[in-house]
Amino acid sequence: MNAPVDYLLHLADNAVVLGQRNAEWCGHGPILEEDIALANVSLDHIGQARLLYQLAAARMGGGASEDSLAYFRDETAFRNYTLLELPHHGPLVGYAASDRDYAVTIVRNFFYGALMVLVWDALTRSADADLAAIAAKSLKEARYHLHHAADWVVRLGDGTDESHARAQAAVDHLFRYTEEFWLPSPAETEAVASGIGVDVVSLRAAWDALVDETLAEATLSRPAVRGYVPEGKLGRHSEHLGYLLGEMQGLARAHPGATW
Amino acid sequence: MSTLVERTWATLAPLTDPEIPVVSLRELGILREVAETADGVEVVITPTYTGCPAMGQIEDDVKACLAQAGISARVVTRLAPAWTTDWMSDTAKEKLRAYGIAPPGATRPAESVVQFVRRRPPPDEVACPRCGSIHTVVSSQFGSTACKALYKCLDCQEPFDYFKPY
Repeated sequence: MNAPVDYLLHLADNAVVLGQRNAEWCGHGPILEEDIALANVSLDHIGQARLLYQLAAARMGGGASEDSLAYFRDETAFRNYTLLELPHHGPLVGYAASDRDYAVTIVRNFFYGALMVLVWDALTRSADADLAAIAAKSLKEARYHLHHAADWVVRLGDGTDESHARAQAAVDHLFRYTEEFWLPSPAETEAVASGIGVDVVSLRAAWDALVDETLAEATLSRPAVRGYVPEGKLGRHSEHLGYLLGEMQGLARAHPGATW
Repeated sequence: MSTLVERTWATLAPLTDPEIPVVSLRELGILREVAETADGVEVVITPTYTGCPAMGQIEDDVKACLAQAGISARVVTRLAPAWTTDWMSDTAKEKLRAYGIAPPGATRPAESVVQFVRRRPPPDEVACPRCGSIHTVVSSQFGSTACKALYKCLDCQEPFDYFKPY
């Protein structure tokens, strides 16, 4: 049974956007080990995205390819969570590399990582055998991603006054964006109905438990969520995605079909 | 086993991972199957990490090696069952250790994701590939490649790579 293409693109776009975003730290990491760690995490995300794009392209036909899906779609066609496209800094801060805050990077990876171990685990039982195969591989990688992020959430939260304050600010800034996880999109609803997708609402209690436990260990508090629910997975994005795609897609669009 | 299949396995035997030139693709569990087809052989490989940059090189190496031996081959990439470090032979693990990379411990397949994360178990007991001491600490869960963690031996003080269970 085949997953809806929009569902595959949602999973692929999540992976490629976060992979691209985190790769911005390459050569700029706060310490050498973290520079290398994030580059490796990005590599996993881009690898997952490639498998998903290849599958989506095969299902779409008509000359679609992993490259056409990654490089030649505009931002409104992207189905990623808004959380993943945000820059590495809090609200109302500039774009310069020197303004990047590693706490934002880590907290985002933690929220997303905690979701994806649950999503991939559920998708190993998907009625779409090709998607289940990708999920089985991705789950192995997502476990290490979550470990890495959770370790650093604790280290920053339960660290110095400065690291605690910045970690708490990152949690306060990003938490509201996780509301998007729990509102099923039409593609998700369709995928659940056919036994292919995972019912995200059913994962919420497990996600809450994982997040609350780590935040408590990190001496961080969970903010009260306000009413805003982002709609990135419906293609309605923040202003940040366009810049990210501009950088990611620029070369491919300037030289369409180029190979080396 | 047909002669052609045997000859294919023999031809591919010397091929190693480009990043770890001491273990063969077969020992790593990347080279899964060889089957005779109407016009040659079909070789099945399975990727390790989804983003491993060596996979493209490995596929090219397999094709080039067989072409040079005059064997007409089709290389197929298969994802399921997912590659695991548990497929690595004991010989391969010993070769890794001798090369300076601590070999992977066993995976824990029965464990649920939430159990795995909740308990946050201490890192596996990893013996230093240089002096054998188990008095080692993890420096980073990601080392020179995605498949390895960076460790340090507290006895001989040497840093080393640990091939993570996957």
